[in-house]
Formats: sequence, C-alpha cells, structure tokens
Amino acid sequence: MGLDRRSFLKALGFAGATIAIGKSFGAPQMKESDIEFYGILYDSYRCGGCQSCEIACAEAHGLPKPIDEPKIGVQRKTDETRRVVVNSYKTSKGEVYIRKQCMHCNEPACAAACLTQAMHKTKEGPVIWRGSKCMGCRYCMVSCPFDIPKFEYYSANPKIQKCDMCYDRIMKGGIPICVEICPAEAIIFGKRKDLIKEARKRILENPTVYVDEIYGEHEAGGTGFLYLTPNPINELGFSTSIQKSSYPELSKGFLFSVPTVFVLLPPILLGIYEATRNNQLKEGDENE
Amino acid sequence: MKMSNMIYPIAKDNDGKSIWKFLVGEFKPKGKLLTPFNIISLPIMLLGLVLIIIRFWKGIGSITNLTQEVPWGLWIGFDVVTGVAFAGGAYVLTFMVYILNMHKYHSIIRITVLNGFLAYVFYAGALLLDLGRPWNVINPIIGNNFGTSSVLFLVAWHFLLYMIAQLIEFSPTIAEWLGAKRARKILSGMTIATVIFGITLSTLHQSGLGALYLMAKDKIHPLWYSEFIPIMFFISSIFAGLSMVIFEGTISQKVFFNQISEKNHRTHDDILHGLSKICSVAMFAYFFLKVIVFIHGKHWQYINTSMGYWYLLEILGFVLLPMLLFFSSYRTRNIFMIKLASIITILGIIINRLNVTVIGFRWDVDIRYVPSWMEFVVTLTVIFTELWIFRWVVNRMPVLRESPSWVNEEK
Ligand code: SF4
Ligand code: SF4
Repeated sequence: MGLDRRSFLKALGFAGATIAIGKSFGAPQMKESDIEFYGILYDSYRCGGCQSCEIACAEAHGLPKPIDEPKIGVQRKTDETRRVVVNSYKTSKGEVYIRKQCMHCNEPACAAACLTQAMHKTKEGPVIWRGSKCMGCRYCMVSCPFDIPKFEYYSANPKIQKCDMCYDRIMKGGIPICVEICPAEAIIFGKRKDLIKEARKRILENPTVYVDEIYGEHEAGGTGFLYLTPNPINELGFSTSIQKSSYPELSKGFLFSVPTVFVLLPPILLGIYEATRNNQLKEGDENE
Repeated sequence: MKMSNMIYPIAKDNDGKSIWKFLVGEFKPKGKLLTPFNIISLPIMLLGLVLIIIRFWKGIGSITNLTQEVPWGLWIGFDVVTGVAFAGGAYVLTFMVYILNMHKYHSIIRITVLNGFLAYVFYAGALLLDLGRPWNVINPIIGNNFGTSSVLFLVAWHFLLYMIAQLIEFSPTIAEWLGAKRARKILSGMTIATVIFGITLSTLHQSGLGALYLMAKDKIHPLWYSEFIPIMFFISSIFAGLSMVIFEGTISQKVFFNQISEKNHRTHDDILHGLSKICSVAMFAYFFLKVIVFIHGKHWQYINTSMGYWYLLEILGFVLLPMLLFFSSYRTRNIFMIKLASIITILGIIINRLNVTVIGFRWDVDIRYVPSWMEFVVTLTVIFTELWIFRWVVNRMPVLRESPSWVNEEK
C-alpha cells in the first residue's frame, strides 16, 4: 500500500503538524468499468408491481410472506422481515414501480465498515453476510448510504438481513430467484458490463420511454444493481445525496494516516523525553 | 469534610503479611454502607442488572428504542464516544509528566491513569451490551477474518492495547499496595515505553472514534459532518480530558480528603491553574478549526433553522464561553472560575458528541430515535459500577496518598 502525496499530506494534517483545508482532498474516481462483477438490471418500465419477486424472495429465505401491497404515497421499506420491496409512484409518465434492495456496491461501505469481514464483497459480485463472523455491531448499518442492512432487534441471536443476490444459487450456476420468477422480465441477471450495454441499447432504442441515465452506473462508485427508469431518479423516492465516488474513500485518508502516526509519533515523543530529561538533570530539583 | 475521616479509615499497604491473608482482608467493605451515594446508586444498579438480563434474553430491541435507521444510540454515542473523550486526561497528563517532565502534575497522575483505565474497561464493557452477537467479539482479535479496512477494527484493537498499556502504567501502584518490591521495580521500569505507546494509541483512537462516522456522510447534519471530524475529536479530547481531571480532582479533594498529603493539598490550586491554561489553548485551536470548517463548508443556509440555533449554542455557549473563562483565569487565578469553566466544557463535550452520534444523526427521518428510560438506567449502572470500583481502589491502594516508605528507600 503505497503512500501517495495526498494521503501523506492528510496524515500530516491529521497529526496536527499542518492543517490544510481545501477541496484537494476529494476522493479519486474508481474505475468501475474494469470490474467484471455479476449484477442485476431492473427495468422499471417493464415492472408491473406484481410482487412476485417479493413473495419468491420471502419463501426462498424463510421470511414471512408480504401482506401489504405497493400503494402510491406509501413508502414501504426493507426491514428485518423483507429483503426486497416494490413501491409505487405517481409521476408525469403515469404510475411507476420501483424495487428496492441492496445495491451490491462495487466498493461497498458495509463491507469496508465490517471489522470481521462478515459483510463481504464476493469476487463474483454479490455482497453477502456471514453470520459466523458477525458480532452484531451494526456498523454496516451506520455506514451503508442506501440504508440497506437491517437488524433483528427482537432476537437473542440476531441476524443482519439484506439481499445477497441469492449467492448460493449463483454459485450453483443458477440465477437469483427474483430474476427467475419475474413474469414481466423486468429484471435480468448477467455480467455488470453487459447489463450496462443492454441498458444503453434500450435507452437508445426508446429515447421517449427512458431517461438517459442508468442509476447505479456511477452512484456510490458504481453498484451491481442497475436501474433503468422512465423518470429522473429523484421523482422515484431515491435519496439525491448519494455521492458518485465510493464511500470507503471517505475513511481512507484516516486509515492511511495510521501507519504514519505509528512510525513518526513514538520517536518524536522519545526525542522530547530525552531532551527534557537532560534539562531536569541540569536544573536539579528546581521545579519540584 | 472531617466526616470522611470517620467514614474511611486510612488504608495500609501490605508489609510482610502473606498476600493471601492481606487480600481477603482488603476485599471486605470498609466504611459505612448507608452513604447517600450508595443509597442512590445501589437500586439503580440492581435495576440495571435486571434490564441487562432482559436484553440478552429478548434482544436489544426489548429495552432500547433503536431503529433500523438509527442503529447506534445512547450506548455508543454517550457511553463510548463521549466517555472515551473524558478518559483523554490520562494520555495528556502522562505526556506532560513523563515526556515533558512537568513535575508539578506528578501528584495527580495516578488517579488520572486509574480513571482512564477504569473508563476504558467499563466503556468497552458497555460496548459488549450493544453487540447483537457478542460471542463473536473475539473474531476480530483471533483473526477470524481481519477487517483491516474498517475504522472500527482499528478502534477496537487500539482500545484493547491501550487498556493493557494503562494497566501497566498503573501497575506500580498495585505492586506497592501488595508490597511486591521486585515486581514494582520491573513494572515501573516499563513506564516510559508504555507511556509512549499509550499516547500514540490514544492519538489514533480518539480521532478514530470520529473517523467511525466518516462514511455516514449523508446521514449526519451538515453542520456537524466534515472530513475533519477525526482531528476535531482529537483536539477536543485534550480539553475534554483535562476538564474532567479538574472536575474529578475537585471532588476527590473532598471525598478522599484524608488520603491526600498536606503538601498536595496546597499545590492543588496551582495544578488546576496550569491545566486551565492548557485547556484554553486547546480550545482556541478547536474553536478556530470549527470556524474554518464552517466557512469552508458554506453552511450559512442552515444557521437560521432550529438545528442552526442549536449549533450556535454549542459553539458559542459551550466552546467560546468556557474558553474565555479559562483564558481570564490565566491572569486572575480564579479557581472557582476554572471549575465552572470545566463543568461547562464537560457539558459542551457531551452535547458535541451527541450531536454527531445521536441528535444530528438521521435528523431527517420521520421517526426520530429518542433513548428509552431503560437505556439511561443501563448507562447509569455502568457509570455507578465504575465509581464503586474506583472508590474501592482509591481507598486501598496508594493512588492519592503517598507511596509506602520502602519505595523511596530503594531509589
Ligand atoms: S447497498 Fe449498502 S448493504 Fe448493499 S452493498 Fe451497498 S453498502 Fe452494502
Ligand atoms: S453488524 Fe456484523 S456484518 Fe455488520 S459491521 Fe458489524 S460485524 Fe460486520
């Protein structure tokens, strides 16, 4: 892990030697196109809000069957009993359905936060949770910008619940259950690169149907779950404050400064100690 | 004040008796049982214990008001993040006494280190109550996957190492109490190394506690979020810790009156005056940084909101005001003013840490998190238990009183 100029400066600033304030500390952009992760493309224009995915997901993961339906004006949220929800929005282009679940970020904040790597970005792409490692500190929940991991507050052996893109099925050569079950083919599974290509193609072919934006292409440094929508995203209940660069970047400066402090501070302290000790010998007990 | 003489007989160190007999004697309670402090604290501690049992039986939600949006509440925001800032006095004072050789402060070093050590042990304990799957807490230590990219991983390790360092720093006191002469010599020989190690660790985890919240950029009110949270946490831990030393010292002077030698009583005001100088300078740096961050963040539009007023109150009333009080005591040596300033500073640190971790955290959600009364009881239980242990140690070991005579003979 090389120490570049930026993080070195930051480390110095951190150590209190210099306090430089400026925008030069912005996080560098991650080249998300280099990564060959699996992902899911969700075409909101095709989604009819039938909740088949919700029901199939609940069944597959031993969670209670959903009892409420998408309704305009009601924000249903994922929680410890449901990993995916479909909401309905009234827009200038009519009623639009939007699914919400884990975004499977390319550089997930939840995994960077987790001190036991219980939250883990697999090399295939899905972000999974491993109960045998998790200590239930909920730092992943604090850090996830999309507010996705949910905690079983009323259990003595609580789990973190969130979509894992049906990692087990993928490892067995299958596809996520929601993709398989969707009657409208609103969700497709594949390599993230190919999904972006497919989304571009659809936008190009139907410019009047879709807005020219793939949500998830750059958000939070790129995500494995991608959205194609007929409306700008802020009309569809998404948070508008999500930054384009990855979230773990935000704490990298601090983490880089740690080894620097560990190397620099002790000798400095030792030096001061030696210097003042000599002082004391000369002055004798004067300051007693 | 003379009362305390009757309540707590002056302790004796072990001289020549068998360690075992001595320990048995020391574990017996000393002094009166029905003091006001005991009458208040005991029932709360018992209730807290019941609540903790319920929590492990029925889940964290059964006694807390935590929500899916606000997964960290009072136990992290106050017990851990705020408490550790107050324990910062230990690293600042060891720096002054052992590294800078400022002898003046030597008489309060033991009590400060003891305070710091107990604070860490109990706040780490409070952290365990907040873990959903506490039996896995050893995972990041035994290496069942190291999450080295996690700030929390660093903080956890630094906590652990720092507790050990503080225990070593304090251990000569224990050795004196037990009359273990050889051990004392070895342990006090380790002091400088552990002090240097301890200061380094403190620098990192005091700021690390702030760095925990760096990724929660969109969730913390913009007036309190900045990428300089770690530095601000670090600087504020200096005056938070020292204010606590001033406050706590004032109380110890009264409660443990008979333990403190005549000479140390006389120098106490001098010590407070010196500490207040350091506080004022550190607070100035902090205030300055706050102003710069505010201007750079272009946060003017938030000022005329209720959160904005709250922010102004924190900065003007709980940073600027006590800073000026500390400054003016510079010339006047007004000890009362120093004590007052330290209390305002302590309140200010509580407000600041809670603003980052609880009040300003997800300030935009419909269902705000407000701690349940049970969370407060558990927090009080933790603090009271700590104070009980603290009292037990101070009444037995040479923390405030002079070391046994053989220590000086040996030199
Ligand atoms: S959306 Fe949240 S939980 Fe999902 S991968 Fe990204 S940071 Fe993790
Ligand atoms: S709650 Fe579990 S998965 Fe989440 S950060 Fe903590 S240890 Fe990791």
